[in-house]
Amino acid sequence: MTTPTATLGPAADGWAELETAALLGTDRRPLPDPAGPPALLAAAGAVDRTDPAVALLDLAALAAVRRRAGGQALPAPELPAAAPPDDRRELPRAAAHRLAVLVGGRTAGAAPANLAELLPQWLGAALERGYRLPPALVPALLDAARARSELRGDVVALAGPLGRWLAERNPDWRFVHRTAAESVPGPAGPQIWQEGLFAERVTYLARLRRERPEEALQLLGSTWATERAEDRVLFLDALQDGLGAADEPFLEAALTDRSKNVRATAAELLSTLPGSALATRMAERARTAVRLEGRRLTVSPPVECDAGMQRDGIPPKSPTGRGERAWWFGEIVAAAPLSLWPADTGLGPEQLLRLPVGDGESDWTDDLREAWARAAVRQQDADWARALLGPVPRPGHPGRTAGSPARLLSVLPVAERAAWAAAFVRAHGLGDAFQLLGACGTPWTPPLSTAVVAALERAAGSGAYPWSHSGVLGMTERALAPEAAPAVEALAADAAPDTAWAETFTRLAGTLRFRAAMLAELDG
Amino acid sequence: MEERWSTEHVLSLAPDQASLKAAGKLSGPAPWSGTGWEQGVLWGLCKGSGSTPYRAAVELATPAYKCSCPSRKFPCKHVLGLLLLWSAGTVEATEDAGQPDWVAEWMTGRQAAVEQKAARQQARTEADPAAARRRAERRSARVAAGAGELRLRLADGVRRGLADHGASAADWEQVAARMVDAQAPGLATRVRKLTHTPQSGLLAGYALLHLLAGAYARVDELPEELAATVRTRVGFTADTADLLAGPTVRDRWQVLGSRDTADERLTTRRLWLRGAKTGRPALLLAFGRPGQAPELALPTGQVLEAELAFHPGARPLRAVLGPRYGAPEAGPAEPPAGFSPAEAMAAYGTAVAADPWLESWPVVLSDVVPVLGPEGWQLTDGRSAVPVRRGSVPEQALWRLAAVSAGHPVTLFGECGHAGFAPVTAWAEHGRPVGVGQ
Repeated sequence: MTTPTATLGPAADGWAELETAALLGTDRRPLPDPAGPPALLAAAGAVDRTDPAVALLDLAALAAVRRRAGGQALPAPELPAAAPPDDRRELPRAAAHRLAVLVGGRTAGAAPANLAELLPQWLGAALERGYRLPPALVPALLDAARARSELRGDVVALAGPLGRWLAERNPDWRFVHRTAAESVPGPAGPQIWQEGLFAERVTYLARLRRERPEEALQLLGSTWATERAEDRVLFLDALQDGLGAADEPFLEAALTDRSKNVRATAAELLSTLPGSALATRMAERARTAVRLEGRRLTVSPPVECDAGMQRDGIPPKSPTGRGERAWWFGEIVAAAPLSLWPADTGLGPEQLLRLPVGDGESDWTDDLREAWARAAVRQQDADWARALLGPVPRPGHPGRTAGSPARLLSVLPVAERAAWAAAFVRAHGLGDAFQLLGACGTPWTPPLSTAVVAALERAAGSGAYPWSHSGVLGMTERALAPEAAPAVEALAADAAPDTAWAETFTRLAGTLRFRAAMLAELDG
Repeated sequence: MEERWSTEHVLSLAPDQASLKAAGKLSGPAPWSGTGWEQGVLWGLCKGSGSTPYRAAVELATPAYKCSCPSRKFPCKHVLGLLLLWSAGTVEATEDAGQPDWVAEWMTGRQAAVEQKAARQQARTEADPAAARRRAERRSARVAAGAGELRLRLADGVRRGLADHGASAADWEQVAARMVDAQAPGLATRVRKLTHTPQSGLLAGYALLHLLAGAYARVDELPEELAATVRTRVGFTADTADLLAGPTVRDRWQVLGSRDTADERLTTRRLWLRGAKTGRPALLLAFGRPGQAPELALPTGQVLEAELAFHPGARPLRAVLGPRYGAPEAGPAEPPAGFSPAEAMAAYGTAVAADPWLESWPVVLSDVVPVLGPEGWQLTDGRSAVPVRRGSVPEQALWRLAAVSAGHPVTLFGECGHAGFAPVTAWAEHGRPVGVGQ
């Protein structure tokens, strides 16, 4: 119960006096004289005052009921501006229902992984199709996005003007204003950069960089000298997006930064700019270190890490404890433009990779491949990545793959990634496939999905337990193509009843059906 | 044929969050086969992990549920999934093709059970009336003694001073126990409430309890309606069958909203109705054990032609549902007619003048905008405002309301009282009703 005065103006009914007397007790306080308008006075006059405590309760009852019965509305507060209209189309009813289910299931904490994973897919698909959200669900989605930052971009975009309007009123949803789903805010921008929290500033910079790369560089330059070293590293990272020749002078200057990490980051960025002066310097060093002699690549690694190399971001000490010369050599080749090798030798990546490396005494093959693999990832060079990956190694035969296959895979076009991963899964099963599958685009292509389902069937048949594949299974629920549903359902039907695999396949089939229905509703 | 329920309504039937989530996964067409919908009954077969699919059916008017699965949740995830599927428009009407045998059997069985229950009730009302009168007299005497004792305790409290109240919380717990012994559970509940009333509300709490106990002392002298109110407040309950045997009000009752509250022993569902012809407000209560949703469920916005029997009182509101005439139908497309904030306060004022213990009164507010100010949420039509009663709905629900309004006027059904307005259902312009509280 709250005070009865909550909805009342000042009322001369003696309530305060009654309350004081009641709090202190009628043993210590006399009964107050009746007060108030005539009708109340008349009623109060009729109260028997023999026992002051009883009389006080009688008087208070009169006053309390009078206050409640006479309660009045408050003066109107100022009306806020309404949310701007949202002219996107409404969700089909079934899709709105589905969203209510997905969001409704969120609050209870231990949501089954698949439902939690399906919400982002639902959001992405709805956004693509140009819908707006049912207003009543917007607050729950903003809460979800507050807790799960990976949802923010889509939720903020879907919530649209209503979401921004709500966020102006609820500080819990402040993130809406700094989520990079929409265009750079106008006048508030510079203020965020000057006064914002670090995370806000990084987001703002990243966002500006995507839209107006040169302006972003200028903004960063304007405060660069005063930023803390650890912040400078992350700000530099933001430049990765839309990196171009225009950034070179700034990055060159950063090569002499006080902070080692800033220097290394600047060097790494410059090394991905094939025309940069740093790339040219690295190319010169790489040429000295690797030479085509006849049908053989000879290697003469650097003998020292000179000042120039250090300035270009090569740490003189090997962090891995490898031989220092091998370390310098790797750094140089990884930072040199890959185009240098075909240009100098007239050979393509495939041919270069077939050449023996070294002078017969020491074998540099692995070092060179490793460095080339790093360069291929850094420079996003699909030709080199393809050549370095090579065909999928046969079971029992060591592959010639250098570096991390998953990282090389991520450089290839989506269809090619899926084909390679499918071949790998067919040959090797799921044991080592987790990272490769993670590098493939979702949903998986039908052939990749088929390969994974077949591998799961083999795993089930081999007597393995599903939980030894829990990582892949979790990913499968998110990524398997809807076309694979019949195959999974067949597996579920065939699995021995009441086994862990039966349960696994049934759940997977359920998730696929759910996802298929979900997408169909959005098209409805 | 009745309107399909909204998803929100179906979700409100779920006994807990886990069932709700499980049902969500069964709400697509894939696991279902043999679905149908006719004559107010909905059914389908749901493929589970076993070889035979589960048979799920819903009788929509009551509603009543049946499923062949072993779950003890009620309604189970299959029933909820079937309802979700149906509410999304995926289950087609079968056009009187005939219900499957297992559905028809269930319906026949239900009919028999309903008749048996009626027969049992009939038998009970024909029991010895003299003995019943003696029992009632004994109870009246005990309640009167309890009420008298309570008046003394309240007066003692005021004599000592309410500032001491905190120290005597344990004493009040004892007094509450005495009221239970005295068969006055209504007094017991109010006494317990005193122990966690903030000091600013204590005097009003004491005074109204004092007023109630005093009113019971001379209940036989009070006008009949007020006497009934006092008896109800003290804790006498009316028998449903007796109420239905008395006068009933037949009307087309529009469902304005519903709200569930749960404690560890009981889920209570409140359903608020308004008669289309009489304009009378009515409140139906339904109860469920934990893990089971209360059986009575009427979708907000729909209209049901039925007879209601009101509990007697100075300001009758609570009612029991008597004979129905047809299944619930789609209600009017427009939001219900309502009051301004100032009129809503006046409506509560009139009601509390008749029943001083009334905390709030059901009211529809027209064209109000929810506004968050330094004092909390208010509902305003631009001329006056009522505050939203603190704690009446979770904070999240108020943001939901704000989102539905988006700064534009909405129609809002809820309970208006001395402590503010407790919102239940909102209608935005051209919008379907949205439950605010849950």
